[in-house]
Amino acid sequence: MISLAIALAFAAATVEPTQAAAPVYAQPGEEAVAPYQASPANAGAKPFTGESMARAFHGQDGIRRIVDRFVALNFADPHVGEIFMNQDKVRLKRTLFEQFCFILNAGCNYTGRDMKSAHKDMGVQQADMNRLVENLQKAMKDEGVLFAAQNRFLAKLAPMRRDVVDR
Amino acid sequence: MERKRLTRRINTVAARMLVPVALVAMPAAAQEVGEDGKLLLTNGISTVEGASGGGLASWATVAGNATKDGIGAQVGATVAILPDYDFSSYSVAVGIFDQVELSYAHQVFDTNKVGGALGLGDNFTFQQDIWGAKVKLAGDMVYGPTWLPAVAVGAQYKKSLDAPTVIALGAANRNGIDYYVSATKLFLDWSVLANVTIRATKANQLGLLGHGGGSHDRYAVEVEGSAAYQFSRRLVIGAEYRTKPSNLSIAREDDWWDVFAAYGLNRNLTASVAYTDLGSIATFDEQRGVLIQLQGSF
Repeated sequence: MISLAIALAFAAATVEPTQAAAPVYAQPGEEAVAPYQASPANAGAKPFTGESMARAFHGQDGIRRIVDRFVALNFADPHVGEIFMNQDKVRLKRTLFEQFCFILNAGCNYTGRDMKSAHKDMGVQQADMNRLVENLQKAMKDEGVLFAAQNRFLAKLAPMRRDVVDR
Repeated sequence: MERKRLTRRINTVAARMLVPVALVAMPAAAQEVGEDGKLLLTNGISTVEGASGGGLASWATVAGNATKDGIGAQVGATVAILPDYDFSSYSVAVGIFDQVELSYAHQVFDTNKVGGALGLGDNFTFQQDIWGAKVKLAGDMVYGPTWLPAVAVGAQYKKSLDAPTVIALGAANRNGIDYYVSATKLFLDWSVLANVTIRATKANQLGLLGHGGGSHDRYAVEVEGSAAYQFSRRLVIGAEYRTKPSNLSIAREDDWWDVFAAYGLNRNLTASVAYTDLGSIATFDEQRGVLIQLQGSF
C-alpha cells in the first residue's frame, strides 16, 4: 500500500503538465483580468519585520478569517455594498489575503495588482474609505486582535488612501 | 463643598447641558454626498472657545462628521465646576468640506461668592461671545504620511459682554482677536494623538476679563499642547497644557492643564470628562475641578 503511494507520488512529480499553469494574476474560478506584472511592490506597503504582527493576527488562519469577515461586511454594507456589487469576490478574497499576509510578514507572496490599478474608476470617496476602515476594524476586533496591533496595521494601509480614493 | 449644594449644582448643570445636545443627538444625514463620514472622534471635541479640538487646546481638526465631500456640524455644552467659580461654554461649529470651520461659543463665568468679595456682587457673571474661523492648510490627522500632520490656521474674535467691568479691572480692551496655528496627528503606529498649537493672544482668562492690561498691551505668544492615547475606536485618554499671558496687575493668571477622557457613545454623541487645574483666577488660587462635556455631531 505504502510503496504504491510512493510510486504514485514519484509519478506525479515527474510528469510535465499538459497545459501551462494559470498565470499568477488569474487563478481558476476567477474572472479574467488584463495581464500585469506581479511584484511585491504592488502590495503598496513594506512588510513588517519579525513575527510579532503575524502572531498578533493569529497567523495565516487568523488573517484568512479576518479577510473573509471583512469582505462579507463590505458586500453586505448599505453604504459601500454598491462598490463591491460587481467585483470578483473570489479574486478579492485571494488577493486581499495575500496582501494582508504579506504585509503582516505571515509568509505569503502578493500576486495582485498595485493599489492604483486595482481601484481605478471605482469612484471611491473618502467616506467610503472610512467605512472600509471601520469594517476592517470590526473584522479585526471579532478575531480578537489587540487594538494597538490593529492601529499598527492600519498605519501600513493609511498611506494607500491616495491610490484608493478618487480625487 | 457640602453634599446638598454640590448635588443641586450638578443637577442644574446637567439640565443646562442636555437641552442643546438633545436637539442634535439623533442621526441626521447632513452630508450631501456619501453618508456617515469621518472616523469616530476624528472631528475632535468642542474646545471651551468653540473651535474643534481638545477641551483646552484648539486642534487642526474640522468640526462635524462630514468628509471633504460635505458639510457637517457639532454642538457642545461644557461645564467646569471649580471650588469658587462655575464656568460653562455652549458652542456650535460647522465644518465645510473638511477644510473650513466656523464656530461660535458663548461663555458664562459665574463668580459665585468671589463676585461679592471683588465688590461686583455675589454670582456676578462674566459673559463673552467668541466667533471663530479655521482653515486646514495641509495634511491629514489620520491618513497620509506619518511625518505630515494636519496643519490649520485660525482666528477667534472674542467680545466681552461686560465691558465696563473688565475695563474697571484693568483690561485695555473689551474685545480682541486670537490668532493660532495648529498641527495635529494621530500616530497609528503608537495609537498616540498629538497636537501643538501656537497662539498669539492678549486675552485675559480666555477673554472673559477683557484683553490686555495696564502693563502689557502687546500680543503674547502662547503654546497649547495635547497628547492622548487611543485605547479603542471610542475611547481616548490624554492630557493638555496651555500657557496663558498674565496682563492684569490686580490678578495673576496661570497656565492651565487637564487630563481628559473622551468617549464616542456613537457617531452622533461624544461625552468627555476632565480633571483640570485653572490655577489662580481673579486672586482666588487653586481652582482645580471637574470639567464635563456633551457634544452632538452630525
